[in-house]
Amino acid sequence: MSIIKVTVIDREEVEHELEAPTDMNMNLMELCKAYELPVKGTCGGMAMCASCHCYIESTHELKEASDDEEDMLDQAFFVQDNSRLGCQVFLEEELEGLIIRLASEG
Amino acid sequence: MIETDLLIIGAGPCGLFTVFEAGLLKLRCHLIDVLPIPGGQCAEIYPKKPIYDIPGYPSILAGDLVDNLMDQIKPFDPGFTLGERVEKVEKDEDGKFIVTTSHNTVHKAPVVAIAGGLGCFEPRKPPISNIEDFERKGIDYIVKDPEKFRDKRVVISGGGDSALDWALFLADDVASEVSLVHRRSSFRGHPDSVDKVMQMAESGKINLITDSEVVKVSGNGHLEALEIKSKKGGVIQQGLDYWLPLFGLSPALGPIADWGLNITKNSIEVDTFDYSTNVPGIYAIGDINHYPGKLKLILCGFHEATLMVQSAFKTVYPDKKLSFKYTTVMGGISGF
Repeated sequence: MSIIKVTVIDREEVEHELEAPTDMNMNLMELCKAYELPVKGTCGGMAMCASCHCYIESTHELKEASDDEEDMLDQAFFVQDNSRLGCQVFLEEELEGLIIRLASEG
Repeated sequence: MIETDLLIIGAGPCGLFTVFEAGLLKLRCHLIDVLPIPGGQCAEIYPKKPIYDIPGYPSILAGDLVDNLMDQIKPFDPGFTLGERVEKVEKDEDGKFIVTTSHNTVHKAPVVAIAGGLGCFEPRKPPISNIEDFERKGIDYIVKDPEKFRDKRVVISGGGDSALDWALFLADDVASEVSLVHRRSSFRGHPDSVDKVMQMAESGKINLITDSEVVKVSGNGHLEALEIKSKKGGVIQQGLDYWLPLFGLSPALGPIADWGLNITKNSIEVDTFDYSTNVPGIYAIGDINHYPGKLKLILCGFHEATLMVQSAFKTVYPDKKLSFKYTTVMGGISGF
């Protein structure tokens, strides 16, 4: 099993360094929920609610967002160029050192 | 007035299966749902998505699961109040609950089970501090009567099908002026609608404002102007009569939040002994409840429903002894 480190900056600017397994097909939303960070994940990870909206703060090259994800981001607020839905970003070894910031809940 | 033994709020998979388990105990059920069809999210949001964790089904489409559940509960002949949102719960003089909907349909039952899932879906509102001051005074989240916008200056925000469709409709000799504001330069709606919007923008019938979003609203009693900020830094003031922010729906607990139930993180706290809430006679099952170790899974909701009806039975018939039976030895399901 491989573990990577992911830093999550919450809405109070507190940094949380999380250990994330890469062999469980887990996504960022599930990781945040596992650590009880304030991410709702209302729709259960189907890119249908944007409650896991976050910003990618590090320079990692992520896989491109799907049409479903872009559609949902169109309905979200405070969207920036580095916006992603946490539920659509899967934990992989390439993401070692990833830094994300949770978006405002609006 | 509709009278039943067990009133179920929410006709998603968990609410539907409750009818089966209650029926085995000879309890009659009636379901209320804000959506116009039974099935909840499974039917409304992802009917064509496969679900892989229903025991006995390696894979089943959400819509098929709902169809199967409807077949399974048919012998128990449940009643439905659909397309109406529950608003109020009260108690009558003999201790029964009176539940009233948005359409003033009145229901009466000794036991209420809330199987409301994520809650009811409400329009997603842009995060502008004074937006509520202008709701129904120039800001509408849903178009009910397009005639309201005849010869008016209308601004629509959003990039999905609903924003595109209404922009096209209102720009076709209904409104006097239509502007469409979208945060990006491309649209993801139906390609045909996108093409038409682009054509109307070229011919001047739709004023397209892309890479921009509305950041401020102002007016004197009624909405009069929007401040629209471009990603590139520019700001424009747009005079108007109506603004339609069309950003889809998001779930909220709705009026249930004011029923005096203990609520944590948008979920109703329950006792895992029987999924009862802090209000005797009201239970909460499925995605809407919370307890230590809770997992929001359909299969957990089925389990919760099964245990809940055992307790509900004792409330409906305090003097009857409950006799639990296995369906396998009943020689088939006998309904009502």
